[in-house]
Amino acid sequence: MHLSGDIWIWLGAFLTLSILSFLYKDNPFYKFAEHLFVGVSAAYWMVIGIWGTLFPNLIAKIYPSAVRFVLPSLADRPPEYQYIFPAVLGILLLMRLSGKYGWISRWPLAFIVGTTAGLNLIRYLRSDFIGQVQNTMIPLVVFKSSGFSWLDSFSNIVIFVGVFCGLIYFFFSKEHKGAFGTASRIGVWVLMVTFGAGFGYTVMARISLLVGRMQFLLGDWLGLIGR
Amino acid sequence: MPFFDKVKNIDRRIIFLFIALSVIVPLLLNIKFTEKASPIVQNIFDKIESLPAGSRMLISMDYGPSTVPEIQPMVNAVVRHANERNLKICYMCLWATGQNLTTTTVDSIQMKEFPDKKYGVDFVNLGYKAGNEGLINVLLTDMKKMYTTDAAGTYIDDIDMMKPIRNLTSFDLIVSLGGGTPGIKEWILFAGDPGGIPVAGGSTAVQAPLLYPYWPNQLLGLMGGIKGAAEYESLLIKHYPKYKNKSNPGIRMMGPQAIAHIVIMLFIIIGNITFFMERSREKSGKGKVS
Repeated sequence: MHLSGDIWIWLGAFLTLSILSFLYKDNPFYKFAEHLFVGVSAAYWMVIGIWGTLFPNLIAKIYPSAVRFVLPSLADRPPEYQYIFPAVLGILLLMRLSGKYGWISRWPLAFIVGTTAGLNLIRYLRSDFIGQVQNTMIPLVVFKSSGFSWLDSFSNIVIFVGVFCGLIYFFFSKEHKGAFGTASRIGVWVLMVTFGAGFGYTVMARISLLVGRMQFLLGDWLGLIGR
Repeated sequence: MPFFDKVKNIDRRIIFLFIALSVIVPLLLNIKFTEKASPIVQNIFDKIESLPAGSRMLISMDYGPSTVPEIQPMVNAVVRHANERNLKICYMCLWATGQNLTTTTVDSIQMKEFPDKKYGVDFVNLGYKAGNEGLINVLLTDMKKMYTTDAAGTYIDDIDMMKPIRNLTSFDLIVSLGGGTPGIKEWILFAGDPGGIPVAGGSTAVQAPLLYPYWPNQLLGLMGGIKGAAEYESLLIKHYPKYKNKSNPGIRMMGPQAIAHIVIMLFIIIGNITFFMERSREKSGKGKVS
């Protein structure tokens, strides 16, 4: 056992244990760690936003010499006044803080909603609709250079049957009886398997996070294991 | 009270204790398992292996501290592999929290393990820009419109590696290592599909089932959770044996992972037995047992 001498490791260990203490019951240490996290996150996002985006992508473009002391490499670039338009929209968005003129913020919001919807419509239609339909149009009998492939054929049949029966389950314009009902029940099983796989993956994700924290506590802090 | 009635009313904190022990004990005993790469992970490795030296690769680190245990092992393995293949790496991130993690990776892996690689020639760190999928959309047409500087504030055209790059199509491979939205899906939708650029990914286990439908036509390969990371590490060790003695957190984490899964499965089985026993008792007319 070799305890860490780093004050930041000790602080990390204290905050980790504070958060984990919630598993026993709610307590002031958990509340402290939670509030600290929220506060630090908000400040972090704000600082990153100002120095990573606002200065290099807006102020440096409209008025380059204003960033001479923080981003000297951009200070001598020619101004690009078209960026005044997004700047104005950004200021209008902040008008929602005003009780009287809050309605003005709906204009830039409408711009954001409109462009996002337009962009997403095209991309999702292409990749999530047409792309996924294409991914399902696969040969049910697969021949490779070595001959008939049982494994690939079986895999493709499972995909086809799974998608087909899954779609039937969500088709509510016809009563789920007879052959249609059987296909619908197979669809339910396919969905259940999907949920099960999702649950299994979620367990793996959560355990990974726990392992990560335990490695930190047992390794970095207590020195009981190597990293 | 019979055993199964006690189990039914077990305090959940006891379950937490079992899970904690199932993770701590294998860690202390350093239990490891052999990993074999699945085709979906092998594809990423083969693609990077096939790229000629000097090819450009974009690594987007779209995650935060909360998913570091899952994603960082993938990042380390992919960065090591790309450097072994002498690829030119461009680091960026769609998540603000990714900026610090990118800097940490560049310092601890890129610069420490590959000191001969020069910043601006062999690799560059562009850092974070706001905009999510909108950012990718702009990068697809004009990369330098958004990235006017690198993460350190150097003008983008003063960096040798960035001079010939016009947009995302200038890259031979995009690897998104992410923990949510925006992440791999956005890279497929807004860069891979419209730009015809190969996109590979490494995601948290929670996200992995949602990304499988894109493989293999729209997504080159996927490392799903820590299992995917361990598989990639095993491939790296197989082809570059010097990494056997390096830190391989993915492989190391699979030991406690497997034991914890066994414990959870046991709890599921016990829970189901309890449920069916109670139901059969109700059917036989004995009623509910308190």
